[in-house]
Amino acid sequence: MTVLRLLIMSGFAVMFLYPFVWLLSSSLKPRGQVFDNAIPPKTWMFSNYVRVWQELPLPAWVLNSVFIAVASATLVTLTSAVVAFGFAYFRFPGRRILFGVLVATMMLPGAVTLVPNYLIWKALGWLGTTVPLWGGSLFGSAFYIFLLRQYFLGMSRDLFEAARVDGASYVGLFWRIAFPLARPSAIIVWIFEFQASWNNFQGPLIYLSFGGPSSYTVPLGIAYAMTMYSPTAGGHGDYQYVMVASLLVTLPMLVIFMIGQRYFIRGIATGAVKG
Amino acid sequence: MPASTPDRALGGRARGQKRRRPSSAGRREAIAGLLFIAPWLIGLLIFTVISMGWSLMLSFQHYDLSTGVAKPAGLANYALLFQDPRIGLSLRNTFVYAVLAVPIDIIFALILASLLNSVKRATGIFRTIYYLPKMTPSVATASVFLLLLNGNTGAINRVLGWFGIPGPQWLVDPLWVKPSIVIMTLWGVGGTTVILLTALQSVPIESYEAAATDGANRVQQFFRITVPLISPTLFFLVIVNTIAALQVFDQAYLLFYRDDKASAPDAALFYGVYLFQQAFQQFNFGVAAAMAWLLFVIIMIITGIQVFVGNKLVYYGGDNR
Repeated sequence: MTVLRLLIMSGFAVMFLYPFVWLLSSSLKPRGQVFDNAIPPKTWMFSNYVRVWQELPLPAWVLNSVFIAVASATLVTLTSAVVAFGFAYFRFPGRRILFGVLVATMMLPGAVTLVPNYLIWKALGWLGTTVPLWGGSLFGSAFYIFLLRQYFLGMSRDLFEAARVDGASYVGLFWRIAFPLARPSAIIVWIFEFQASWNNFQGPLIYLSFGGPSSYTVPLGIAYAMTMYSPTAGGHGDYQYVMVASLLVTLPMLVIFMIGQRYFIRGIATGAVKG
Repeated sequence: MPASTPDRALGGRARGQKRRRPSSAGRREAIAGLLFIAPWLIGLLIFTVISMGWSLMLSFQHYDLSTGVAKPAGLANYALLFQDPRIGLSLRNTFVYAVLAVPIDIIFALILASLLNSVKRATGIFRTIYYLPKMTPSVATASVFLLLLNGNTGAINRVLGWFGIPGPQWLVDPLWVKPSIVIMTLWGVGGTTVILLTALQSVPIESYEAAATDGANRVQQFFRITVPLISPTLFFLVIVNTIAALQVFDQAYLLFYRDDKASAPDAALFYGVYLFQQAFQQFNFGVAAAMAWLLFVIIMIITGIQVFVGNKLVYYGGDNR
């Protein structure tokens, strides 16, 4: 039985891995052979990986993507932790109601605020910059606040009372005790947000499309390249460069997952079980 | 989560919490607490309260993006929702996709999670492999599947050909457009799988042992023990995945609407795509706002029905919470 199961599971594993192998193989093919489904390529074109940097404004895209994702992830981790600690440690009137509101906002479909948020960023004068893509992180994010609060709630109150007696300020309680202790959860939040931001397509499509290609992120740039190389748009079908770029945008995510896997899976499960 | 909760954890209902404190200290603590949550409160005000209010207002206005002038429109934008045949079309497409994608995704995930759970060896490596597609940016998924699903040269039809099955024109034939997107979604089934695997692992082994002594076979055990015990997780997944399916955008846009010079099949016009077009290509912000509210109401109604039905079906353990 176990052997049969392992065989079936291996079959599925091949199915899930095949598109990655296909992508890697296509990225190494010359123009006319990208679609020939040959694994390995008939003609090896390692030069694609050099040429792509001249063909497409890839350095600018990578820089934009890295900046936005790091800014988003770092800001949202810090602010969400501060707010989560506020909900977990302090007693103030309206705490329960406000936390209920926070949970309710997690259910709000993003489509509803898409248009007005665009107008808010316009009113603030930040259209045409990357600010709309990471500025929201300054205010924390409901799901992450929820996740981190759960973690803080498990900490001993005595620990904080003792620190108070020793003269620690509230900020000190958070920065010296709570936040360092919550590091496993903070890492989950950081990875989640980095992934969400790095993979984000609709946001850059709305906020960066109207600038020149050099202001794009990698995902938006790949979509642009797909169209640019398409024969209907006057391109020559150089999809091998799209494949190289697609591989490059995927690779950091796979590496982050491999390294942070244990934290990551736990975070997904916690979110689901509590939600 | 810390493994053991201390007696006086911050979240515990320890008696100590109720002890008297000097009121000035209490006030200081309350102010500090509000200051700590202030970032979220400000964000809530701007990006939820003001945003939703503005969205509601916009839906009753004709808004001109270039001048920033808004003229009252009465119910014109909402009336348009019923007159524009593409609204009905996009809603139908979206529902069909959701009805296909949500159950298939959960059933497939349940099969994978059960397999992972039943094998003691190498679970980790298989779990990693199944999850990897979920990490892949949608744009990379689209660029690969655009070519894998190609009716003439794509690898998927070639594999079908080995078995003598003539593959359809996935991305051209209106009938196969939605299944194409379901296939792309299924590649990322690992997210749902990992959540279900966690639920399966939390089912106590004793429940199976008891059932086995009662003579229940594996299939009976699965439907009488496993499914009820993981039903809260299944319920959660149905709701969350439905809400996501109703807002589907990336895959449809990347496969069919990326190139505004190429014509896209009507079958691929999803509500999220049409909303985006109205807002950011036609700049009909009033119509887009009305569309957003319609979607909001639809999502609330569907979620409401699911919660109502779910509460009758879901097993929450002895105390019924």
